[in-house]
Amino acid sequence: MMALRDNGPLLEVEGLTQKYGHQIGCEDVHFSLYPGEVLGIVGESGSGKSTLLRCASGLMQPTAGTVRFDTRVDGLQDIYALSEAERRMLMRTDWGIIFQNARDGLRMNVSAGANVGERLMAVGERHYGSIRDVSSEWLEKVEMDLGRMDDLPRTFSGGMQQRLQIARNLVTKPRLVFMDEPTSGLDVSVQARLLDLVRGLVRQLGIACIIVTHDLGVVRLLSDRLMVMRRGRVVEQGLTDQVLDDPQHAYTQLLVSSILPV
Amino acid sequence: MTMTDNNQNHGQDMIRVESLMKSFTLHNQGGVTLPVLEDVSFTVAQGECVILAGQSGAGKSTLLRSLYANYLPQSGQVLIRHDGELVDLVSAAPHVVLDIRARTLGYVSQFLRVIPRVGTIDLVADSLLARGINEVAAREKAATLLSRLRIPESLWSLPPATFSGGEQQRVNIAMTLVQDYPVLLLDEPTASLDVENRQTVVDLINEARQNGSAIVGIFHDQAVREAVGTRTYELQPARSAA
Repeated sequence: MMALRDNGPLLEVEGLTQKYGHQIGCEDVHFSLYPGEVLGIVGESGSGKSTLLRCASGLMQPTAGTVRFDTRVDGLQDIYALSEAERRMLMRTDWGIIFQNARDGLRMNVSAGANVGERLMAVGERHYGSIRDVSSEWLEKVEMDLGRMDDLPRTFSGGMQQRLQIARNLVTKPRLVFMDEPTSGLDVSVQARLLDLVRGLVRQLGIACIIVTHDLGVVRLLSDRLMVMRRGRVVEQGLTDQVLDDPQHAYTQLLVSSILPV
Repeated sequence: MTMTDNNQNHGQDMIRVESLMKSFTLHNQGGVTLPVLEDVSFTVAQGECVILAGQSGAGKSTLLRSLYANYLPQSGQVLIRHDGELVDLVSAAPHVVLDIRARTLGYVSQFLRVIPRVGTIDLVADSLLARGINEVAAREKAATLLSRLRIPESLWSLPPATFSGGEQQRVNIAMTLVQDYPVLLLDEPTASLDVENRQTVVDLINEARQNGSAIVGIFHDQAVREAVGTRTYELQPARSAA
């Protein structure tokens, strides 16, 4: 995760603003993300964290500001200046998006194996046998029972669906993965295993990651850096342990002191 | 603030603290400000082990945490020698601090805080794997250290959540000392250990120092201080009240 980085940032967000009419989704957000780095974004519901994630991940064009990504060929490029086709290609190859609700990230009416294989075909893999091999390798990596490979995801539990979503996204070896509340609908026991799985994979593959969550425990364990949002603005950002152990802003202090002890 | 020097072969400066100030502002308690560190300056060279001393509340833990960038000082510098250059942790970008922590700066906290349900040996090997060391070598090094710290092999595959306080503390120590960090920060690493294990930890600290690590630590046990310390840095409680 922490190889020496002489290279520039993988993602650079500047002055990002999204307005819904008079309502502010997020306003004037700046950050850079380096290869292999995990950034957590926390804040209460309505603080703008999901809006920020959607804008930064190419799902929604912001009202103002830029999102630049270090493309393999042309270096840093404004993703909203790319053509639709180029942006789709980027999202299929270099990016992964793991949604809170697995139904938004999976195709529920095709098998688990096909959900994973489909992403491979999208990047040009055509050989059926090798697609099946790579797919099953990934299902094993996320600890899925291979006996369920030909079953439909809607027959899976929430935790299994989430693991399938992870396999589907990571199979193309993206350099950046966005996660929106990846563990929030799951049992605590399933959460811990999923967190460990995500952490291991992110590190093995050197993937940079942006995780939106309201769970400070999740960011403590997974993220290197933390951004705290309130009313659409970033009120504080820094190293995760520094922000949680020595919060500077009144709102972060309130957030940290409100954690219930177990 | 006073310093007593017990003569030691001084190597290169690894830590330089300059005019460090740290206070805490409690916004949700009427904005009261608590000054803790005022104008703290000192240096630590390779092969030194500096003991932080001072009464309770003098700011020993605050200073140690500031040296790890876990706390954010208001002013001053914490310079750590990383890849041969002194880098200021207070003003460094987060990804630089993370790189320094991964390869140069190790910290043993008082309490173990780990991802749940991960086996002890995997936790100890974790930081080696993160640096790209192969799994066999990493686990071997972790196993050697766990044996030395008398964690029974039957426990290695289990998560440490159910271990005794002393066992958890030893796992915590192993997680940091499995690396050969050039700079080590130790917050009471021997607090809940029995005599035998305390001696093992003292031996490990002295070995790290003899191998050239620069060490800063808080130790309440007088015998341990004498066994590992080469110098004492005395902190005075901050005077100015807000």
